[in-house]
Amino acid sequence: MHTSLALLLELGVILVGLSVLGAAARRWSFSPIPLYLLAGLALGEGGIAPVSAAGEFVEVGASIGVVLLLLTLGLEFNTAELTHSLRRHVPSAVVDLVLNATPGAVAGWLLGLSWPGVLALAGATWISSSGIISRLLTDLRRLANRETPAVLSVLVMEDFAMAIYLPVLVVLASGGTWWQALIGVLIAIGSVTAAFVASHRWGHHVNRWLAHPDDEQLMLRVLGSTLVVAALAELVSVSAAVGAFLVGLTLTGTTAERARAVLAPLRDLFAAAFFLAIGFAVSPADLLPALPAALALAVIGILTKVATGWYAARRDRIAVRGRLRAGTALIARGEFSVVIMSLAGAASPGLGPVVTAYVLVLATIGPLLTRWSGDWRWARRTRVRGKA
Amino acid sequence: MDVNEVLLPGVGLRYEFTNADRDHIAIVARREGTFEVSRYASDDPDEAQPLFRLTADEADTVAEILGAPRIAERFADLTKEVPGLSAGQIAVPAASSHAGKPLGHTRARTRTGASIVAIVRGDHVIASPTPDEVLRPGDVLVVIGTHDGINGVRQIIES
Repeated sequence: MHTSLALLLELGVILVGLSVLGAAARRWSFSPIPLYLLAGLALGEGGIAPVSAAGEFVEVGASIGVVLLLLTLGLEFNTAELTHSLRRHVPSAVVDLVLNATPGAVAGWLLGLSWPGVLALAGATWISSSGIISRLLTDLRRLANRETPAVLSVLVMEDFAMAIYLPVLVVLASGGTWWQALIGVLIAIGSVTAAFVASHRWGHHVNRWLAHPDDEQLMLRVLGSTLVVAALAELVSVSAAVGAFLVGLTLTGTTAERARAVLAPLRDLFAAAFFLAIGFAVSPADLLPALPAALALAVIGILTKVATGWYAARRDRIAVRGRLRAGTALIARGEFSVVIMSLAGAASPGLGPVVTAYVLVLATIGPLLTRWSGDWRWARRTRVRGKA
Repeated sequence: MDVNEVLLPGVGLRYEFTNADRDHIAIVARREGTFEVSRYASDDPDEAQPLFRLTADEADTVAEILGAPRIAERFADLTKEVPGLSAGQIAVPAASSHAGKPLGHTRARTRTGASIVAIVRGDHVIASPTPDEVLRPGDVLVVIGTHDGINGVRQIIES
């Protein structure tokens, strides 16, 4: 077997580099995603140290990374939790959608993007990063806070809305006449519904086959069948990512829990490849002109998410400080904004740099603002001084 | 005592209650089996101040520390409420003719009227065991019945 020395060396150095970046990010408890994107920018074409040999692996790894990100999103999903969230927080979800998707849509229109590009930018500004946020709430020890259920409910409903949004976006981005798009949308919605019905009625059969007591078998079976379904979905142009999401939805209960555990390290590796590849695809020279638009969107995105969290927490009768904590917790955008961009990217060339810069800004600032919102020492100090 | 249960989508469940000292306490049970115990701040009713975290194993141990005496007490309460009813514990000796045989073989309830409500095996408890549960030497049977009934079961098991 011929081993490519350059590939092994480059890949090894990249992974070690990512681990250093990731450790630094965790140390200050913010997300490694913006650092991965920056690393991709630096290593891609036009960057400071382009890598050629590892580039191919990263490209292949990236497509598996999207599949695994969406598979784990589907695995997280639980019908009981959705119905619970729907019962309490439908108005919050509507506020979330209207406040956060509108600025993206308007900006897309002002930037002169195509219709799928406008839809994609709206989605990218709308969806918070459930990955970053749930990690953040754990790290900041906020899970027991009373505003946390409102935050998590908003996230669950956003994730659920992705099941409809992503297929629709993919169909529209693939072009074609309006009736082709309409048929595609119907197929997409139909397959999501079919996946739900299937998971409800025959889920236990699928689960029984996949749920082998041996972890290695479980991993191979889940990963293998997901990739097959993803490929089939791509074949009927519903996008591999959506196919993987549907597989995740059909898995439930302990099987889903175990699958999450065995797939987590794989997902982390390939998701890192995905973020690198996104950085590769965007040239740093394109990023600078997109920066003003991205910054303006980010400022609006911070305000609209704070308003969303404020509203959702107020529905749960949370006091003012808790509302502010809930609002700032929702700011971070991350992996799914990037996934949306990658799904629609081909149809809309101007989209990539804007969304990349947007995610770079909000995945960094969001967690910082979340952290500061809970830091009430300055508030306490002023109060004491006021009394004296 | 009122315990409030709140679903945390994607995370698990939060239980909250107020103790006799008026502390507002929250326990988050995460899906992967770990626990977080916090107390709500006095100046912000929504902010939980983390007290400690427990892994699944640690939580089991704490539950045993808190739970074991309470379960024994409950049995005592139950037997106090019904005159003539008592609870007893019977160890299965290695020499017992029933060791290695299903519980149903003892025909304990038919012969004595007393019920075997639980089997304590090592550090876990089999609550309301079925007749096909195989007895092992060293198991401790928790029996509820009259005094005579419990003694009858003891004779059967130790024979």
